[in-house]
Amino acid sequence: MAARRGVTSTHRAPAPAARASLDVARLRADFPILQTSVRGKPLTYLDNAATSQKPRAVIERLARYYAEENANIHRGVYYLSERATAAYEGVRAQARAFINARETREVVFVRGTTEGINLVASSWGRHNLQPGDEVLLSAMEHHSNIVPWQLICEERGATLRVIPMNRRGELLLDEYARLLGDRTKIVAVAHVSNSLGTINPIPDIVRLARARGIPVLVDGAQAAPHMTIDVQDLGCDFYTVSGHKMFGPTGIGLLYGRAERLDAMPPYQGGGDMIKSVTFARTTYADLPAKFEAGTPHIAGGIGLGAAIDYLTRLDRDLVAAHEQDLLEYATARLAEIPGVQLIGTAAHKASVVSFVVEGVHPHDVGTVLDQEGVAIRTGHHCTQPVMDFFGVPATARASFAFYNTRADVDALVSAVRKVRTVFA
Amino acid sequence: MADLTDLYQQIIIEHNRSPRNFKKLSAPNRRALGDNPLCGDKITLEVQLDGEVISDIGFQGSGCAISQASASLMTSAVQGKTKQEAEALFRRVHEMLTSATTVPVEPSSVGKLAALAGVRQFPMRVKCASLSWHTLHAALQAAATPITTE
Repeated sequence: MAARRGVTSTHRAPAPAARASLDVARLRADFPILQTSVRGKPLTYLDNAATSQKPRAVIERLARYYAEENANIHRGVYYLSERATAAYEGVRAQARAFINARETREVVFVRGTTEGINLVASSWGRHNLQPGDEVLLSAMEHHSNIVPWQLICEERGATLRVIPMNRRGELLLDEYARLLGDRTKIVAVAHVSNSLGTINPIPDIVRLARARGIPVLVDGAQAAPHMTIDVQDLGCDFYTVSGHKMFGPTGIGLLYGRAERLDAMPPYQGGGDMIKSVTFARTTYADLPAKFEAGTPHIAGGIGLGAAIDYLTRLDRDLVAAHEQDLLEYATARLAEIPGVQLIGTAAHKASVVSFVVEGVHPHDVGTVLDQEGVAIRTGHHCTQPVMDFFGVPATARASFAFYNTRADVDALVSAVRKVRTVFA
Repeated sequence: MADLTDLYQQIIIEHNRSPRNFKKLSAPNRRALGDNPLCGDKITLEVQLDGEVISDIGFQGSGCAISQASASLMTSAVQGKTKQEAEALFRRVHEMLTSATTVPVEPSSVGKLAALAGVRQFPMRVKCASLSWHTLHAALQAAATPITTE
């Protein structure tokens, strides 16, 4: 069965005794929620692709901001406002370094990846799409990288085209190259698929598009928690992430855009903070990035995101990657051993996301049984209905791992999935 | 604490495995689509209404064990009932599914449907159990658009 591909006996071997390995026990102690129990069982949190847990450093930073620094930014002349402004803008500089943007003004604060994509689809799309133009997406996009484009395509008379994938959940690059044409105006793809775990070959995708002068937007929501992001190395024009999936607060995220692209785009929303001057006759807009940041932002969220970036950058990302890869391989092998379990998404290059179905049992029933065992996973279509249709399943169960997960978490998952088989025997 | 066997009672497991009235009617005069978009539960319900009497009823679709068993139990319960009787049963089941877990279920009022009472302890799953009932209500009201319980 294709879905089992990649599973070999070598995966049963214990984690290699690496010279250095991630001190997971110490890291787990940084996350208060991981010390809690649910339904009388220790929490096994395996829904990190939906949202990650927060380290104490982030939680305490939020509290400290509200307790000691709360003021509106960019407008007060008093001490507190100055301090809040410095903290918030300091995060922008941190974020620039985190994604390796050239300039700080290329970093726009947004609510999350969804808003980042909507901003580009709406502002760039309204300015650049003409009837007959094409927007090229991939078959594995999250609804948030489909619907904003559908909306703008409908408005502008443009058409969506889709890069197909194979049964392992890998994009077909030959097809992609064929789809890129004179009518293609932008390419929008996920760096990592939220429902399949596939890591897409962004540098290849960007190279082919840029050879034709076509901009590329990358949905980085699922990549940022797992890997180092370098937007210059990737070469993309836009890259967007959600803070809450990378151990930061909800309601805050980042949109990177090449300065020349952002400069050429009209504002997304109007309001305070995004203007130079306003009269009833005419308004002139602020420079980047303020042009795209109307209204009082999520100041606390931004500052909390700064604490999350601090936390992440202090980790050895290579050790994190090795640990997560071990969890992925271990979970893949252990789940594949269970009769009736089929893995959905078996790409050669994957992040630590394992989607599966249990024969004869609906994923929601799987989720409820697992919940009784203290195992939190996501069940459903994961906001990727076209992916579910492609694989011919109504939904999947999905376990997604973060660096603080362990092989013991995988064991809890596996034993709970075995229990599903007995409940529905 | 909620127990799995309260939710997945034997009768639920059994109706999920072999759903009753899982069929397409030859000449239905009422039809409604029920859909829980977040779950992916979907049912198409067809009713043959002779005057005020439900002379035949069938459902098709896919979804979790709770939604499928609930549709099976529902169609069995309303077969041969009048519209008014079915609507009254709908109200009693709705009340049972949404009442506090401390409120005892009177088996005589809902019969076999009492098997669905365990769903109350699993708030995330109530909509799975109620989908087929809302769809029945829509079919009897001849509502023309797909309905949802979300």
